Amino acid sequence: MEAVKIKEGIYWVGAIDWNIRNFHGYSTIRGTTYNTYLVIDEKITLFDTVKHGFEEEMLARIRSVIEPEKIDYLVVNHIEPDHAGGFLHIVKVIKPEKIFLTPNAKAGLLEYFHIQDLPFEEVKTGKEVKIGKRTIKFFETPMIHWPDSMISYLPEEKLLISQDAFGAHYATSGRFDDEVDHCELIQECAKYYANIVLPYSPQVNKLLKTVKEMNLAIDMICPDHGIIWRKNVGEIVGLYERWSSYIADQKVLIVYDTMWKSTEKMAYAILEGVVKEGIAAKLCKLSVSDLTEVMAEVMLSKGIILGSPTLNNGLLPTVAGFTAYMKGLRPRGKIGASFGSYGWSGEAVKILNEVLKDMKAEVVHEGIRCKYSPDKETLERCTELGKTVAKKVKEVLGL
Amino acid sequence: MIKYVCLICGYIYDPHEGDLENNIPPGTPFEMLPEDWTCPSCGAPKSEFEPKI
Repeated sequence: MEAVKIKEGIYWVGAIDWNIRNFHGYSTIRGTTYNTYLVIDEKITLFDTVKHGFEEEMLARIRSVIEPEKIDYLVVNHIEPDHAGGFLHIVKVIKPEKIFLTPNAKAGLLEYFHIQDLPFEEVKTGKEVKIGKRTIKFFETPMIHWPDSMISYLPEEKLLISQDAFGAHYATSGRFDDEVDHCELIQECAKYYANIVLPYSPQVNKLLKTVKEMNLAIDMICPDHGIIWRKNVGEIVGLYERWSSYIADQKVLIVYDTMWKSTEKMAYAILEGVVKEGIAAKLCKLSVSDLTEVMAEVMLSKGIILGSPTLNNGLLPTVAGFTAYMKGLRPRGKIGASFGSYGWSGEAVKILNEVLKDMKAEVVHEGIRCKYSPDKETLERCTELGKTVAKKVKEVLGL
Repeated sequence: MIKYVCLICGYIYDPHEGDLENNIPPGTPFEMLPEDWTCPSCGAPKSEFEPKI
């Protein structure tokens, strides 16, 4: 296994996890990569490590360039175990002179590994370290996406090592954005943002503004997952601006589950209403859907319509689990409504409306509750609900 | 009015800005935030904040 040269004297030396399909619940249908970068200068510097189990793959790639023991500096941009799981093993091999990290990262690593006595050197935003003809400039990025997170910028190379930002769970043999299928790549980036970064959108937005104000020249972005951006840097930065500003597409997502198909009949009638207004719509039944995929659709859709039958005075467990997950990811700027069938008490619609309000969505309909099974009149009301949401989507997006 | 910093994630509560997302109007001093107010960035409770010097 070999390193991949990304610039003169700079190499990708990470690992490819082709077969991972469950990344702490995130369904990584296209696998992932753990990217690390090696810079050969007067002080040879390694940026990040890999998930435990992938240390030897990474060391083999480093060995194709230099002996790992020659590495002087290690930079820890993020301490989550997919990057720092192999930290101790790698530190034992390379015995770095210095380990650069944020104060939060140092505290976190000590708590993770119950260790002390490593040559840690804490860095804060703006700190610069000369490694020879190159400089590393550090920026703390707290909560993008952990308290310890930071990014490293090499001004002479116009290169940003961005840790989890701008990344994707996407295993490919190509290392660069222009070597992979572009549609797949953008899909995976959206999914990654929706499922990992979305709650921290205000921080992302602020960081992008800061970077713009500082006029940082960037011609390559090297994230810790997925591919390296060299051709479409502007596109991915633009998408992060869009997603972190909660700008969604002109479409409506209907997310529901059903017990005896009554709520499902309502969902189809609502779908018909949305489509009649000329707005694209998608239907997702949670019992057969992948939460990671649904969440990406939530982020990309302006309208969100939630449906659940009432079970034991509450939501169906699939819907309850999904709404808890969705609320935690803090989508904003949505237009919403809810619906559901019931037998005797019928609390689900009220609970779903509360979910929408918690998400600060604009709820444009009081919701439709239907006892046992929808009749023609109820289905017509459902179609009207779909139309109401679609009309509001058009109005808000100025169409 | 003094700014407060979250010890968990570094978020800074600026009373001049408030926390509009959570219905805290500009001009609300940190001491006047509701007891169940949490860091809008990482969710830490008020007790994890310290005055920013």
